[in-house]
Amino acid sequence: MVSLYFTEEKQIMIEKTIKIINNAGLHTRPAATIVKMAARFKCDFFIHKDGLSINGKSIIGVMTLAAAKGSEVVLSFDGEDEKEASEAIAAYFERGFDEL
Amino acid sequence: MKKWLIDNEIKGIAAAPGISIAKAFLYTREIESVSHDSITEVDEAVSNLREALEKSKKELNKVFSLAVDKLGNKRAAIFEAQLMILDDPILIANLFDRIKKEKLNPEFIVHDEITKYQNMMNESTESYMKERSQDIEDIKNRIIRNLKHKKWHSRISNDVIIVAHSISPADTVLFSRVNTKGYITNVGGLTSHAAIVARSLGIPAVVGVHDGTSKINEGDLVIIDGYHGVIYVKPVDEQINYYSDKIERLNELDTELLKLKDEPAVTTDGYEVKILANLDVNAEIEFIFQNGAKGIGLIRTEQLFNVLENFPDESLQYTTYKELAEKLYPQKITIRAFDIGGDKVLPVDVKEPNPMLGWRGIRFLLDHKELFKTQIKAVLRASVHGNVNFMIPMVSSIREVLETRKLIDECMSELKSKKKNYDKDIDFGIMIEVPSAALMINDFSEYVDFFSIGTNDLIQYLLAVDRGNDIISNQYQEYHPAVVRALEFILKDAKKNKKPVSICGEMASHHTAVPLILGLGFDAISVNAASIPQIKKIIRKMSYQKTKELVEECLLLKTENEIKTKIKLFYDSNYDEDIEQIFDS
Repeated sequence: MVSLYFTEEKQIMIEKTIKIINNAGLHTRPAATIVKMAARFKCDFFIHKDGLSINGKSIIGVMTLAAAKGSEVVLSFDGEDEKEASEAIAAYFERGFDEL
Repeated sequence: MKKWLIDNEIKGIAAAPGISIAKAFLYTREIESVSHDSITEVDEAVSNLREALEKSKKELNKVFSLAVDKLGNKRAAIFEAQLMILDDPILIANLFDRIKKEKLNPEFIVHDEITKYQNMMNESTESYMKERSQDIEDIKNRIIRNLKHKKWHSRISNDVIIVAHSISPADTVLFSRVNTKGYITNVGGLTSHAAIVARSLGIPAVVGVHDGTSKINEGDLVIIDGYHGVIYVKPVDEQINYYSDKIERLNELDTELLKLKDEPAVTTDGYEVKILANLDVNAEIEFIFQNGAKGIGLIRTEQLFNVLENFPDESLQYTTYKELAEKLYPQKITIRAFDIGGDKVLPVDVKEPNPMLGWRGIRFLLDHKELFKTQIKAVLRASVHGNVNFMIPMVSSIREVLETRKLIDECMSELKSKKKNYDKDIDFGIMIEVPSAALMINDFSEYVDFFSIGTNDLIQYLLAVDRGNDIISNQYQEYHPAVVRALEFILKDAKKNKKPVSICGEMASHHTAVPLILGLGFDAISVNAASIPQIKKIIRKMSYQKTKELVEECLLLKTENEIKTKIKLFYDSNYDEDIEQIFDS
């Protein structure tokens, strides 16, 4: 049985599937930028890839992700400012970390 | 060599000329030992960790600002990330939680927690993730060291002689920007990467010292004599005076040599050779002008890859190449396609039993066409002023040349459709490093505009001697009769086809080799910028006719010793070696 709590959480959580499009992939520089952006928001932010869920506010965590050009990651945002956070961070991914 | 009463001498291989007297900086990647003890004073442990984190932050802030200064924002990113790790809310909260719950020594908790992340990185098949794990190792050790209240020297400090077990390509780039006074490494030979960078920057280096890091202590005053491969640890006044005098006289010689800057490299009988510079890192560019190079004969682009942690994209490459082309205009620059694999980092994780005979140079590039095309397009776009040549490394068959030419054509039409300019007549050449290519110069001539001989690899493949292998390093013979005959063969066939040939290996910068290279008839010699004035001075003392006769005689000899003796005799009777004069007196 699925608890009401979880259903609610799911409904309000924002998930985005995004492709890595810059040549160098998710290397150290964008990793640092993502974490800095995430720190500005209150909501929880996770990056999911290959069965791993990494807290997007943890630089050392994000650095363990090897996301090469062409690979896909799922971003999830959960909390009061999730909409703003998802828009800002997803846009940074979609701009190829400003490296295109 | 002068003999001293005091025994403070360490011998190694003289890898890059020059003399320095400076303090030693021990560069280690040592792992700090951690104690697994239980603790009773949790509060004390927590405040210890807090202090250690603050201390580490302070240290890293210094390193970071220095790195930004010397390397620029982009390349300093790794230090910024390290700083952020010290503030990582998830990691730091976990560390404090675990100390409180497990009541174990903070050293152990820090080690255990950060190692978990490193293990995740090491599991990745991407090779750069392993380097990233190494970077994390630095921060882990820094925190642990500070927990132990040990003094940690920052990764970079100025005006020191670096002493290390070995130095990676990335390290050399980093060190090259902090006014390093010398390199001493336990391992490595003349052609190791540290040695090449040191030579190109004019920094003395002694390598293959074996127990250098155990005999030299941090902060010891050290004299490094890169001409003779000797090091003096904690020198006495007499030694300091002796070498200070040599340094002064070498400076005088440099001043004298620099006066030749604008003179041509022309023999006494009027034969002119172009002297070009090899370029490893962008920092050398001023140095190249200072020394009066007539262009750049070899740009090693794989450096771009080593410094960044991944392949640079087209626009970054374009900016880099364009800047070089514009700075050098109207002189020419020759860009060599990424030479990766072999002893250089391969961006994918493959273990090859014989990397030097494996997936390297053009073989790797043709298997990664998109990556290769990115580079070709960047080079083409940088060629608009008509002063860019492009060449490919490790060619062994015609097929590779045809496939590359096809890619160049593709790139040209792609650029055309995007209305981007390029030089339609860009000169395309190949490196001659593999014996099979050396034997087919005649056939290659139909498809290429020029040849460039990389002697380091040509010699190692011709003699089947691994140049990085200490055990057989004495069999790496630059003047093996087969080497001289191969060079003569290549030049003869290239001249028949009216294709220019340049030489860009280490051999070209050896003073005694100059008469041989002259006599063989090379159109251009490409050496590290620091060697240019001296090589020019030697050329200006030689007669081309006589060096041609020297080559004819060498072609008849049967052993390296005979050839070496012959060219040394020729050299000594035609030129008074400046450095020898300084040391003989």
